[in-house]
Amino acid sequence: MTYNTPHSQTTLADLQPGQSGVVTQLYSQGPERRRMMDLGIIPGTTVTVEMTSPLGDPVAYRVRGALLALRQDQARLVSISDVSSEAEK
Amino acid sequence: MTANTTASDLLNTARRLRQEVGENSHDHLTEALFAEAARITDRAVTHPDTRSRFDLERTIDRLVTSRRWGFPIMLLLLTAVFWITIEGANVPSRMLSSLLLDTVHPALNDLGASLGMPWWMSGVLFDGAYLSMAWVVSVMLPPMAIFFPLFTLLEDFGYLPRVAFNLDRLFSSTGAHGKQALTMTMGFGCNAAGVIATRVIDSPRERLIAIITNNFAICNGRWPTLILISSVFLGSSVPAAAAGLISAAAVVSIAVLGVLLTFAVSWFLSKTWLKGESSVFSLELPPYRPPRILQTIYTSIIDRTAIVLYRAVMMAVPAGILIWTLSNITLADQSLAEHMVGFLDGFGWLLGLNGVILVAYILAIPANEIVIPTILMLTVLTAGLTGVGAGAGVMFELDSNTAVKDILSAGGWTALTAVNLMLFSLIHNPCSTTIMTIYNETKSVKWTAVATLLPLIMGLTITLTTATITRLMGWV
Amino acid sequence: MTLRTDTLHASGSACATCPMNQHLERLGVKMTNWDYVVALAGNPNTGKSTVFNALTGLRQHTGNWPGKTVARAEGGFQYGNKRYKLVDLPGTYSLLAASVDEEIARDFILFGQPDVTAIVVDATRLERNLNLVLQVLEITNKAVVCLNLVDEARRHKLIVDHRRLARDLGVPVVPTAARQNEGIPELLQVMSEVATGVIETRPRRLRSTANPALDAAVNTLSGQLEAAFPGLPNARWVALRLLDGDQQIERAIRDGSLGDLSRGDKTQAVSERLTIAEVPA
Repeated sequence: MTYNTPHSQTTLADLQPGQSGVVTQLYSQGPERRRMMDLGIIPGTTVTVEMTSPLGDPVAYRVRGALLALRQDQARLVSISDVSSEAEK
Repeated sequence: MTANTTASDLLNTARRLRQEVGENSHDHLTEALFAEAARITDRAVTHPDTRSRFDLERTIDRLVTSRRWGFPIMLLLLTAVFWITIEGANVPSRMLSSLLLDTVHPALNDLGASLGMPWWMSGVLFDGAYLSMAWVVSVMLPPMAIFFPLFTLLEDFGYLPRVAFNLDRLFSSTGAHGKQALTMTMGFGCNAAGVIATRVIDSPRERLIAIITNNFAICNGRWPTLILISSVFLGSSVPAAAAGLISAAAVVSIAVLGVLLTFAVSWFLSKTWLKGESSVFSLELPPYRPPRILQTIYTSIIDRTAIVLYRAVMMAVPAGILIWTLSNITLADQSLAEHMVGFLDGFGWLLGLNGVILVAYILAIPANEIVIPTILMLTVLTAGLTGVGAGAGVMFELDSNTAVKDILSAGGWTALTAVNLMLFSLIHNPCSTTIMTIYNETKSVKWTAVATLLPLIMGLTITLTTATITRLMGWV
Repeated sequence: MTLRTDTLHASGSACATCPMNQHLERLGVKMTNWDYVVALAGNPNTGKSTVFNALTGLRQHTGNWPGKTVARAEGGFQYGNKRYKLVDLPGTYSLLAASVDEEIARDFILFGQPDVTAIVVDATRLERNLNLVLQVLEITNKAVVCLNLVDEARRHKLIVDHRRLARDLGVPVVPTAARQNEGIPELLQVMSEVATGVIETRPRRLRSTANPALDAAVNTLSGQLEAAFPGLPNARWVALRLLDGDQQIERAIRDGSLGDLSRGDKTQAVSERLTIAEVPA
């Protein structure tokens, strides 16, 4: 993939199981970006890590009530803020 | 002002405004729609019990995708599906074949005789068309009628998307989609059904990879060939105690080789003809839902079993007629089938096979189920054996492995022939039902040709290599 | 005219016993002419195929799995002396992106001008599903929301106020559990009333986005569109698609088929477009 997320940003790929974050920006373009947005991953959406597949990639995220598997190279292109873990909520 | 100028005016305005607004209109629209959706949902939905809402689901999910239990559970379930299929199909298969082959077939011949049918007519109709169809039905129907409903139950419950989730990493590293794990599994039942199942892969490039490589999953029609040949030639060459183990191991290694080839060819395709960025990946893991068992059995038998069986029968009938005819039309003292065998014998030898096997595979393009009966019939015919079989063009099978070995040895078979037949059974062109399905799904002559010829060329190359090495080493 | 949201369901359930209801005749695929066309839209995995089967008596494969219905499937039924053709559109999350599935669904709703579009939504995942509902409502007025899987919602102790939802969306909402045939008679009644014009809907449409520049552009363009094609039922949406560079819509303006839409005609250009999407048997 040719897009890049600035290194300083926390992304979906940094979340651990049980942790949530609020989407701030999508760094992908084209069909990839559209698909993510159509699935409800847009700035302001809260995303929670539900589980990791046995080989570590992909990871399943809870997004607006649905469970979505994203590969890590997709997750790295979604920056987030307000990371919290389940216990705190 | 004409309609045309209005149209071009409009499009010009649109183009100008698009430049002003920039490329983010899709973003803004989607954001607005989701904001609205969230507002409406908030007003309409109350969930008094948010915390425990999906607890059971979550527990199941954590278990079936866990590092420790994810793969064992998957293997266990898939093994159970195959085991139930093989065990469960045994009895009805035998009943069907005793009905269709041992009862109806002689009855039809008697009927033909009593109606005064000429020998060639009853030959074409009953020994050719009917027998080939009966063979396909009795071998194919019971396992498919068990396998597809079981598979569909797992699908309806919601487990299969989790399998795709678990295996995606393996497939993504070869440029393919995790859902290919499912279409491959489906291919172990039937490649035509596996190819149809690739519809669940929504990115065209990955779907094409899954279609082309589905043939490397050994289908129902090929398992019996592998099991018979491995127990006849490999099992019998070791002490009796180890025979079962050795022949089972041989069959499993061929199946595993098939999976490895799937990865290798997927990787090759995604690096060459289907080069490029992989398409957008998306995999939703739907909520678990209790399957409705009766309805599922009904729909999967109607949708999958019946369609695949129908196509196979439509293909097997002409093949049966052709096999019978070729075996019964003689030209210069030999049947056409024998001429073909003689013609292909040299090429077959190079591949470590023989003319009979190649002719059987050409004639059995419609359905791999009839490979073994055709091989037996042609071997008896060309080796001039007497006292076995049911006459020229009449396919048959034998109950005893020793009898099969006697016939095949008389036809000049060695361990190399057996091993290469097993390899060729895995790696050759898909059956015509699958080829037709590939065309229906891709609507592309080019990709249908690739899916057909690529495994054939690979099979010829691999058998040529093993035969040459074996001979150079002096093993046979 | 205002939407009779509350009476809708009264009439629907009253009709569960009325004689008309006994007249659902499932026609399967054996159908040549029809009085009304019904489109069935929805996200993947909402039980859309189950609704389709319940209405037509067909047994299309229904898997718990996205992207099952890849191309269009068709069936028919007769209800209250009228013959309906039911078109099962591919399950999609959106009608905006460029996948083949979404194009087939979008083209059918836009150019095929179904007499009613039933949007099947998963009651347990309403928020995610409403994205598609709102997009369909941008295109067509004649829509019904089939709030499916209410049995699952009950199992998860989720309460969905369908009356409130109907008021907010401006179209009828019928709660169903298609696997148990629950709510299907009501759905039939409401669909027929929308198709025949007994119920007039007033769908919720986006008046603005969060971006003033975009809104201004949409206003300008939709004004021009309405002037060029009087009576066009979805000028704002067409404007948004043009601003997104949608080639299909540009073509429809160039070849005049958008003008046919404004007159409510299904002309040559339209039917050609529909054959492209037609599924080979």
